[in-house]
Amino acid sequence: MTEPVTIDAPVGVPLPTARSARLVNGAGRFVADARPAGGLEVAFVRSAHASARILSIDAAAARAMPGVAAVLTAADLAPILKSFRGTHGAFPDLVAPRQTALAADIVRWSGEPVALVLAASRAVAEDAAELVEIDYDPLPAVADPRAAVAEGAPAIHPEAPDNVALTLIHEKGDVDAAFAQAAHVAELAFSFGRVTGVPLETRGIVATYEAGERRLTVSMSHQCPHQMNVEFAGLLGLDVEKVRVSCLDVGGGFGVKQQLYGDELAVCAAAMLTGRPVRFIADRLESMVSDIHAREHVVTGRIAVDGEGRILAFDIDDLFAIGAYSQYPRSSAGEIRSVIGLAGAPYRFCAMRGRARVVFQNKPPSGHYRGVGHPIGCAVTEGLVDAGAAAAGIDPLEFRRINLLTAADLPYASPNGTTFPRLTFPQCLDALEKAVDLPAVHRDVAAGRAEGRCLGLGIVAFVEQTSRGSGFYGDGGVAVSSRDSCTIRLEPTGGLRCLSSVTEQGQGSEMGVTQIVAAAVGVPLERVEVVTGDTAATAQGGGTWGSRCLAIGGEAAWHAGRKLRTEILELAGSLLQADPATLRLMDGAIHDASGARMSLADLAVTAHYRPHAFGGRHPQLVQSADYSPLDGPFRAGSGFQLSLVEVDVELGSVKLLRHVVVHEAGRIVNPLLADEQIRGAVAQGLGSALFEELTFDAEGQPLATTLADYRLPEASDLPDIEVVHAKAPPIPGSALGAAGLGEAGTVGAAAAVFNAVNDALAPYGGRVSAMPLTMGRILAGLGRVKG
Amino acid sequence: MKPAPFEYRRADTREEALSLLAEHGEDAEILAGGQSLMPLLAMRLARPAMVIDINRIGGLAGVTEIEDGISVGALTRHREVARDALVARDAPVLAKAVPHIAHHGIRNRGTIGGALSLGDPAAEFPACAVAAGARLVLASAAGTRRIAAADYYLAPFETARGPEDLLVAAEFPADGRGAAVVEAAPRAGDYAIVGLVALARPSGARLRDVELVYFAAGERPNPAPAAAAILAAADDARAALAEAAEAARREVETIATPSASAAVRRHLVGALLGRAVAALFEGARP
Amino acid sequence: MILTEPVAPVTIETTVNGETVRAVVSPRQSLADFLRDDLGLTGTRIGCEHGVCGTCTVVFDGRTARSCLLLAVQADGATIETIEGATRSGRLASLQAAFRARSALQCGFCTAGVLLTAAEVIEEGVSDPTALRHALSGNLCRCTGYQAIVEAIAKVAAGTPHD
Repeated sequence: MTEPVTIDAPVGVPLPTARSARLVNGAGRFVADARPAGGLEVAFVRSAHASARILSIDAAAARAMPGVAAVLTAADLAPILKSFRGTHGAFPDLVAPRQTALAADIVRWSGEPVALVLAASRAVAEDAAELVEIDYDPLPAVADPRAAVAEGAPAIHPEAPDNVALTLIHEKGDVDAAFAQAAHVAELAFSFGRVTGVPLETRGIVATYEAGERRLTVSMSHQCPHQMNVEFAGLLGLDVEKVRVSCLDVGGGFGVKQQLYGDELAVCAAAMLTGRPVRFIADRLESMVSDIHAREHVVTGRIAVDGEGRILAFDIDDLFAIGAYSQYPRSSAGEIRSVIGLAGAPYRFCAMRGRARVVFQNKPPSGHYRGVGHPIGCAVTEGLVDAGAAAAGIDPLEFRRINLLTAADLPYASPNGTTFPRLTFPQCLDALEKAVDLPAVHRDVAAGRAEGRCLGLGIVAFVEQTSRGSGFYGDGGVAVSSRDSCTIRLEPTGGLRCLSSVTEQGQGSEMGVTQIVAAAVGVPLERVEVVTGDTAATAQGGGTWGSRCLAIGGEAAWHAGRKLRTEILELAGSLLQADPATLRLMDGAIHDASGARMSLADLAVTAHYRPHAFGGRHPQLVQSADYSPLDGPFRAGSGFQLSLVEVDVELGSVKLLRHVVVHEAGRIVNPLLADEQIRGAVAQGLGSALFEELTFDAEGQPLATTLADYRLPEASDLPDIEVVHAKAPPIPGSALGAAGLGEAGTVGAAAAVFNAVNDALAPYGGRVSAMPLTMGRILAGLGRVKG
Repeated sequence: MKPAPFEYRRADTREEALSLLAEHGEDAEILAGGQSLMPLLAMRLARPAMVIDINRIGGLAGVTEIEDGISVGALTRHREVARDALVARDAPVLAKAVPHIAHHGIRNRGTIGGALSLGDPAAEFPACAVAAGARLVLASAAGTRRIAAADYYLAPFETARGPEDLLVAAEFPADGRGAAVVEAAPRAGDYAIVGLVALARPSGARLRDVELVYFAAGERPNPAPAAAAILAAADDARAALAEAAEAARREVETIATPSASAAVRRHLVGALLGRAVAALFEGARP
Repeated sequence: MILTEPVAPVTIETTVNGETVRAVVSPRQSLADFLRDDLGLTGTRIGCEHGVCGTCTVVFDGRTARSCLLLAVQADGATIETIEGATRSGRLASLQAAFRARSALQCGFCTAGVLLTAAEVIEEGVSDPTALRHALSGNLCRCTGYQAIVEAIAKVAAGTPHD
């Protein structure tokens, strides 16, 4: 097995991204920036009903409008476009009803696409969309998760008469005995508001079809171009190699852009049917009702603690509302895995019971948003741990110290069903106590409280599962790749061009690959050009999901770089008549013990144009490597988050005074970008803790369809976010030894704030159980208004 | 998200605007700063046949002295209101309100005339105008009339402005009272869940000449005269807060929206009173 | 300009990034769409089209404004500066360098609007981080959590004389 190696600069050096040079000038290239000649613009007719039968669609008036090229419905697309089901082999009992790109007979959420209008401009397409007359027969709608599973609730799909898509039962150890013998038991209820990623660049796609060659060329804003290439080919009956998906600059993804959307699929079909380039740029209103949603859970949990403050057991019941369909192709079941499989993850305990029910409702489908179910699992666990500590009368951090997993426990087969090979809580706790003067924080809180301020402190532990292996999707029969690849070409001037299957939405994965390749080969950073996001250029790979780009794609880049370096040194040895083992490649020059002997540029020129100079050896000048974690289902990051808050008990508002993240994820390739990843992820967690919620009325009509109603955190809402990296050796099993870290901040942020606010409210006898922590919920939690 | 089609007319003079309104007012929207109108157009929630742009009309921007105070021209941008010396002298409540209105870029462009005329129940300036006893100057082809701000706001987005009328200015009688504008809002720059404009003359522990007008609580700016009277009558205004808050909760209409229930608003009506009183005394400190 | 527009187009003359532009626009066309679609100035990006996110901020007659909340026809006789012009003139150079060095951008979608707003508030003498956070509250960024943005601007503001 490969073990971590020593890697020189520029790996480990804080460096700004290369791409930012064009982005700060406004010279980025996003999908909406180009309009293909002769192209058509799309507006969708979306259902205004959350639940209704389509009786008829009359598009005659729309088609007759000047500038309108076509109006297409499900019936028009059916001959060339397959339907799909969001199944997953890991959940064989998951009810995954068949879905079409445009609704055919029944609409199941308000905002579901029903027809597609193609016109000369988006404005004209919208004019025409208003003229498409759809006769609906309204059906009863179900929006609230509890209402969906109540007796007599209308069934959203005939396949799931009780609206339950899946029930997952997990039990390990003697849970009943643990609770029976516990010295302390605490029980809490939680509910989590539906949220979504809101990348500032909305989704967008431009599709061009050449009928003669059956060739589909797609430019889109996406995290996983290879996934889309395979899906478009499969669903449209094309050859994978005749489809090309490229992603230019992508304005944020966060999981929203790792999905397949019916509207985008319909755009490809429309390009095939019309023979003209078709362009669809989602507007913000339709984004809010068509982008993937996430994290609508209603949870109850219990914790059992013995007389010494040791956690004995957890018992979790999770109701997870996924909207109208199981999302294709990844399915919508992922979040419950994180809630059950991460319950109590940082801790040693002996028994666990989990029940998770995945339920349908008349809302947009739910899928993968940064952290997937991790933030829920963490908030439930850490809420219960604080409650357990309170029941046992032990300081919350002390209580965690008693129960946190240590090196002696590892690998730890947790009763939650997950085995953790490596966690680093002792190192993280050490780093936390070094970075934060906790006794001083406690003194300040006490002093503030004495002055009548409502202050609260929350410290939570978290685990982030990153860089997944192929066991989950691969064995589940889902065509989502856990591999990543890198091909490096030596250009005739000594520069390197790398084709990497990682993708870039701003997180810096491209820069990380650049640094790794520069270090692996031994060339200056400026001579490494990385190409990403184009399926015709890069080999197959997973792209961005689940915090994986550098841990997996970076490992591939390292191995490709070392292979190229080996070849370069062999070629140099041939020219210099030296043993390659005595040569080194540094800063773009070949050195022996006496110093630089030859520039890489000279070697490259010779190899490209005078290959006969190498004594019969054929210079390849290109090397590839591919990597997938074969050694386990995931690599874990560990950490703590600390939140200090002040609650205004009169207004019910929360002020974030301090937020600290302590984190460990193996080797850090670029500390600058790593810190900013964590900060950005924390901000999203804080948003879901305090502001963001996709609200609906009881009939499933969305109430938060603008950015005035769906409240993203603003600069003035957030504190500085202190980031501390705990020190631990690189993760065994690979040369780079890195775990992912893109979601770590989100995983624990909301939990920390939630615990801090409840700590603040406790002296007032108050408690909140629902996120986001709106003024109304806090005032209700304080008993100042009725809940 | 593109507006439905409309015709665009730019009025370069007041007369031109009034004649366009006389002819097309029923089917027209007036475009001033556009910070409220443009989103409504983009979402097709407003579908006028014509948009009449008044931005280039001379003489509609800026603050001038009048007999009993100042006249603030309809096209005066929020940013200018916040910095104007005459506003600071005679209607400081307006300057206090500006930081609560949306965000930097919006304040650069948004106009006081637009904010006053629209009748958004959550907007700050209408409540300021009602509290300060402002007169709104409405011009039409038929002539010019003045209407007390208190009589202008009828219901959400429904005002006494007729389709032929152009709000050309707001006249604020010189008001030497201290002013406070306080809000409970989810985020900075958000529409308030409840807001309160308070005017009073602090004197020792007393507050004299108290005027309280809530906004965002109900369907229009809501004066709270009973609460104001309790505060004004008290020898120690702070000591009378609980009673005044209770009175305010009784007299101020509160509505339910997705952002907050009526009960939450009712609670905040009382809670904000304490903030406003504290701000008034704070502002009175040398 | 699409010729199938139902309402007659309007001819405008405007100054964009120092150049005079004569164009025919539809009355309902936003300034943002005009800059992007007709002039190819795609550095002005559209994030919400309803005035909340600040991404499409440009300088209109000397002050920052959201170009989704202005009509293209309003540009007639006006002077407009976009990120392209502000980059070419060099007036944002120190901010742009600071943003890169501090990694104050990730996807870069909101960056033009943030930079133009930042330049204006620095000119107005805002330099304290808390005040900067308030001044920037109308420019949403979903990637960074704002701290790097605020630090980069504060650094430039500290070195910028103002009146």
